[in-house]
Amino acid sequence: MSARPFFAALVFAAMLVALYMVFIYVPTEQQMGVVQRIFYFHVPSAITAFLAFFLVFVASIQYLRTQQERWDRLALCAAELGVVFSLIVLITGPIWAKPIWGAWWRWEPRLTSMLVMFTLYVAYLMVRAYGAHPLQTRRFAAVLGILGFANVPLVHYSVHLWSPELQLHPRQVSLEPAMVYTKYVSYLAILLLFSYLLQWRLQLEEGTQRLAWLRQQAEDLFPAERG
Amino acid sequence: MENLSHLFAAYAAIWIILFGYIWRLRSRQKTLQQEIALLQQRLAEDREKRTAQGV
Repeated sequence: MSARPFFAALVFAAMLVALYMVFIYVPTEQQMGVVQRIFYFHVPSAITAFLAFFLVFVASIQYLRTQQERWDRLALCAAELGVVFSLIVLITGPIWAKPIWGAWWRWEPRLTSMLVMFTLYVAYLMVRAYGAHPLQTRRFAAVLGILGFANVPLVHYSVHLWSPELQLHPRQVSLEPAMVYTKYVSYLAILLLFSYLLQWRLQLEEGTQRLAWLRQQAEDLFPAERG
Repeated sequence: MENLSHLFAAYAAIWIILFGYIWRLRSRQKTLQQEIALLQQRLAEDREKRTAQGV
């Protein structure tokens, strides 16, 4: 049931390289100063959260289409990881914003839509955790997973969709080559971490289902101990 | 190096969230493995008992 050690070593190595590049290799950005280095993990975390929610979307469609539980498991695990990476985005964003904008939070399009997206998927996880009837819960969650994804492109394209007067996020960012390399290495490290955690989480979910099956068998064999 | 505390706070938050999640996965995995092993043992014992009784 343990996640593969080679994959873990690969993720660890990628993280070390990314951290070396973020803190030692890359030059300090002139306008924002050292806080700009937050972006090398902030932006890849946001992209990873979008990817996770895209997986929820695809797996939810597949679950409704095929009724196969493996798609439902994938949707649940991807949603949980999407929430984890969204939380990173929502915490590191304000820490960067305070010295740059002079405020921890502004109700501008990207921040607001990101918060809405986070809240939606927390609601999704709550439905999964507290739903009474398993089959109905899975179906309802799948519908929520499909409808909730409508908000993801809104977050990504919010800087283009709303008028520039409302925006604090820049439409385009130009970076030096060293910054671009660091950005891509960070993307790779975070995506590898996401894949590793998703694989581990899926194994846990399979284990949980196996435990439920064993419990059922034990209940059938030892009916006196029920309740 | 102004705003160094913000940089530190941001990366501290990232690692706290990630390690918190990894710790949660590890503890869930441990509990799950223990429960599965216990149930498998009980089921195997029951099977042996039934075989011995000729059921």
